[in-house]
Amino acid sequence: MNKETLKKILLPMVVFVGIIYSWSVLAIFVDDFPTPTDTYIAAVGGETENGDEFEGVFADPFYIENQDDKGIFWQIIASLERVFAGFGLSILVGVPLGLVIGMSKNASYAFDPFIQILKPVSPLAWLPLLLFIFRDINLTAISTIFITSIWPIIINTALGVKSVSSDYMNVARVLQFTPMEKIRKIILPVAVPYIFTGMRLSLGIAWLVIVAAEMLTGGIGIGFWIWDEYNNLAYHNIIIGIITVGIVGFFLDMIMGKIANYFDYREKGRS
Amino acid sequence: MSLNEFLKLEKIEKRFPIPGKEDYIAVTNVDLDIKKNEIISIIGHSGCGKSTLLNMISGLDMQTEGNIFLNKREVVGPGPERAVVFQNHSLLPWLTVYQNIEMAVKKVMPELTKVELKERVMKFIEMVNLEHAKDKLPDEISGGMKQRVGIARALSIKPDVLLMDEPFGALDSLTRANLQEHLMRIQQNVHNTVIIITHDVDEAVLLSDRVIMMTNGPEATIGEILEVKLDRPRNRVELQTDPEYIRCREAILSFLYEKFAKDDE
Repeated sequence: MNKETLKKILLPMVVFVGIIYSWSVLAIFVDDFPTPTDTYIAAVGGETENGDEFEGVFADPFYIENQDDKGIFWQIIASLERVFAGFGLSILVGVPLGLVIGMSKNASYAFDPFIQILKPVSPLAWLPLLLFIFRDINLTAISTIFITSIWPIIINTALGVKSVSSDYMNVARVLQFTPMEKIRKIILPVAVPYIFTGMRLSLGIAWLVIVAAEMLTGGIGIGFWIWDEYNNLAYHNIIIGIITVGIVGFFLDMIMGKIANYFDYREKGRS
Repeated sequence: MSLNEFLKLEKIEKRFPIPGKEDYIAVTNVDLDIKKNEIISIIGHSGCGKSTLLNMISGLDMQTEGNIFLNKREVVGPGPERAVVFQNHSLLPWLTVYQNIEMAVKKVMPELTKVELKERVMKFIEMVNLEHAKDKLPDEISGGMKQRVGIARALSIKPDVLLMDEPFGALDSLTRANLQEHLMRIQQNVHNTVIIITHDVDEAVLLSDRVIMMTNGPEATIGEILEVKLDRPRNRVELQTDPEYIRCREAILSFLYEKFAKDDE
């Protein structure tokens, strides 16, 4: 093992020890704050020093007691389903809209002010309005994700189209490509890496939004689960929830990054 | 059709509007007849509108006044019968050498069968000696090789005129000489009508049948036209002592640096 690899393993471990230590100190000063040990036992199951017994959140993540009491696996799946529904809608609408805005100056003039104004609106501001419109938990969560995660896709797609070099377009003009051929053979290959960057940002936002949305809409999902555990005074589960959300988000981003690289011509031929 | 009316430029003028001011006249009053299979160089200082002139012939840019005719048909936009070799090669970086040429051939000759298509693409890859690099991406080959692909791509679509916009300008002098040799060798086998934009005096004399010298802009126009009466094939080393070569070279140098000297370069 070379020195760099060793450092990549050892240095995060040092930080990890620091985090656990700070957490332990925090647990001493804040009443009822779960210690790292308690939280670990709550996650995998067992008995704490105080004699509290835990079944463990991850001991049986697949259990289904009833419609309102399911294991954490099902909570995550429920959240992911909403995330991908909203994210999918964002792609379906955002990519074509971004292509149009990127290719037409007039479309860019027409839409740009509204994109700039709507983009910074917090998902929490949309929620009451969408809940009022749909009066349905799922549709509200999905449409909130859609409306907050569509912007990076539109913006990056348009940016990708605009970054097509005029030299490539001149080649297309000399060869007398039709508008569809220009899109398929010149614009898309250039824009696809940008589109995937937009999708990666968008998926990140979607995963951020889902926790907030589910806390307000209730029912099932990892966001609701965390809020529910707060109401149950099961503070250790809040921490477990946070770590779980972080890890799932990390994997979503990693997978999206791999897919993005696969479609990026600039990554090809590099060995 | 008379040979003299192959490519005809009539009273070409190009103006660029400047807000709040009078139009900037880049090129004016250009009349030129180019014969079939003739190799023409257009030379001039930077800013003399020589690239603008080429862009109007290719149809990528439109003249403000005047007409351009190719085979007695007016040029109204870009088209594959006027293939362009761009200064920066303009290969599509996500396609291999083979695919870059294939894309052009496929579009211009959709009637070819798969086998014919492959044969045609390979023929032009072989013409520029790039068989070994046919599956490489543009980023994996040298600048000179990229420009050879650019030339192969332009020739593969069987153009009536080959338009070259400072094709070797971005290359070092050794690579440039090598590419000039390639071009002359290709020209020996396949006779094309070629228009080359250049600012290199030796390149102009070596490659052309006629050298068009442009006056300085604004309102640039054709200053002089020089016939290069040298036999082909031409050998760059032997030419150095050839009286005709020396005469042509001096004529261009005197035009560029005495009659139309430009001191702000």
